Amino acid sequence: MTRRLTFRDAVNEALRQEMERDPSVILLGEDIAGGAGAPGARDAWGGIFGVTKGLQPLFPGRVLDTPITESAFVGAAVGAALAGQRPVVELMFNDFMGVCFDPIVNQAAKMRYMLGGRAGVPLVIRTAFGAGFRSAAQHSQSLYALLTHVPGLKCVVPSNATDAKGLLIEAIRDDDPVVFFEHRKLYDLDAEVTEEPYTVPLGRARVVRRGGDLTVVTLGAMVAVALAAATTLAAEGIECEVIDLRTTSPLDEGRILESVHATGRLVVVDEAPPRCGIASDISAIVAERAFASLRAPIARVTAPHCPVPFSPVLEDLYLPNEDDVANAARDVVLIR
Amino acid sequence: MTTSSRQATTPSPETLLEAYRLMKTIRTFEECLSAEFAAERIPGAVHLYTGQEACAVGVCLHLSEDDCIVSTHRGHGHCIAKGMDVGGMMAEVFGRASGVCRGKGGSMHVADLDTGMLGANGIVGAGPPIACGAALAARCKGHSTVAVAFIGDGASNQGSTLESLNLACVWDLPVIFVVEDNGYAETTASSYAIGAESNAARARGFGIPAIEVDGGDFFAMDSAAAEAVARARAGGGPTLLDCKVTRYRGHFEGDAQTYRAEGEVEQARRENDCIRAFVRRVTTTELLEREQLAAIDRRVASVVEDALAAARAAPDPDPTDLMRDVYVSTLGDPK
Repeated sequence: MTRRLTFRDAVNEALRQEMERDPSVILLGEDIAGGAGAPGARDAWGGIFGVTKGLQPLFPGRVLDTPITESAFVGAAVGAALAGQRPVVELMFNDFMGVCFDPIVNQAAKMRYMLGGRAGVPLVIRTAFGAGFRSAAQHSQSLYALLTHVPGLKCVVPSNATDAKGLLIEAIRDDDPVVFFEHRKLYDLDAEVTEEPYTVPLGRARVVRRGGDLTVVTLGAMVAVALAAATTLAAEGIECEVIDLRTTSPLDEGRILESVHATGRLVVVDEAPPRCGIASDISAIVAERAFASLRAPIARVTAPHCPVPFSPVLEDLYLPNEDDVANAARDVVLIR
Repeated sequence: MTTSSRQATTPSPETLLEAYRLMKTIRTFEECLSAEFAAERIPGAVHLYTGQEACAVGVCLHLSEDDCIVSTHRGHGHCIAKGMDVGGMMAEVFGRASGVCRGKGGSMHVADLDTGMLGANGIVGAGPPIACGAALAARCKGHSTVAVAFIGDGASNQGSTLESLNLACVWDLPVIFVVEDNGYAETTASSYAIGAESNAARARGFGIPAIEVDGGDFFAMDSAAAEAVARARAGGGPTLLDCKVTRYRGHFEGDAQTYRAEGEVEQARRENDCIRAFVRRVTTTELLEREQLAAIDRRVASVVEDALAAARAAPDPDPTDLMRDVYVSTLGDPK
């Protein structure tokens, strides 16, 4: 059965269904139930964005509120995964990876390789990201490129509720460490979500709009921005092929290259800063492997190389918008 | 130094023979590596456990195969004490395909999940959170197994360690923190770098029972570990063992150790060697015969010699191993 579900509820449903299916799935994180040891209500928050609400009463002993010690509980999740559990950790904001980079980058990511394939770390780290909430520099970043850089990790950046459920179930069942980036802007947006559990493979991008004039590659909350720009451009006679990456590691290079071979033009849209980012990475891959197909220089539409500002005026300036994408597309298409 | 005043039950002769075999294996293995490293036959760096043998063995003899340990960059002793195959370890240190980690980990990342050895670790302080997780997993599965985090005095100051003490206390985890204070974090004296009176005092501040132990005294280690492991198994939560040990070698092989006092190591070897102290105790109290120990010496020497010969002769990894085991699965692989 399919019905409308918000991104938040789709993630919640994926967690619940996997916990029902597999007793080794446990959840750890700050306030993921909420109110541990406090005199008031149990399950008070369900995490800061309410994503895990209602799970602790259903799964006693398997939804654990942690102290605010990311280094210890993300590291503990690695240990639990090595010892046979499938932990799903909530890292409240992806910005907080700064205090638990070691367990993610040096432990979870490396363990299988260093052990010659004799171990796996079936761990999922769910984390909120993204700008637009006047949360300033330490609660607004988009840090998936940092972790995409690290061999051994997989990175998922869903753009909608339908994908979020399938990708999360796939991530939980995956035997590798997966970091699952949830854009804060998406939590309240709904989409058609099938009630029965389903999976979306990691590493398969989705063409969300067909078009022959240029390829627009994007991810996360920028998919909606790119689609809005594509609608505007279509009225001008410019047809965009919009590709939602869904995952940055593994990256669906084949789908990107196939599209660029057909259109000859590429705009990459990412709300993270440009240096060593996803947009740069995809530009390099296309320049190396589809140079002969390119009929215009590649354009990157990204945030500028600065921290996310607090001032609403500045933050709106910071984030790429529909006009930025449309203008980049027009420039690229104008070059003959 | 405060020594554990707990009255030990003397271990059985079989246990003592096994303790001696393990301590002697560690010593012989490490001395072999020292020579091989000096002869430039080992790639990278090695950090040897020589002098600290009683600590690893005193703890690990209380563990079953299902109990987990995490270790440090100075991890060979913990591996051997936990039951890892010496041949697979030697080959690993040499970077060979036959190594226990297929030559991908080396000395500093040697691990063997089959024996509950979750890994030596190149990151100081990375182990305690992992041990907490292993202990949590045991509880989730309803097992009475425990996890042990061996750490050095250097790691005892890391945030990850202090956070883990807190987490273990909050979740009442069956985990034992074994601080091997060998006096030096690389070159820096533990007396300089540890701000607290001791790690035992720190642990008590976290609400965790702590025992100060002479880590060079196998019997003291045995007794303290027995208490800590029993508490964890019975659901009594974490314990910290604050063990004073002596590091005979440098931080790594080739370290000139100019930061140590003149004659410091020689004096420790002469007066406070943990294996010699063990032998003195078991022979003067007639718990074991000298001939029994000599037989073990011969056996250990041959095991290590065989491991060395095999490692030297073993093939290097295949070039195709470079990209192997980065992931369990990627798109297109059969799941």
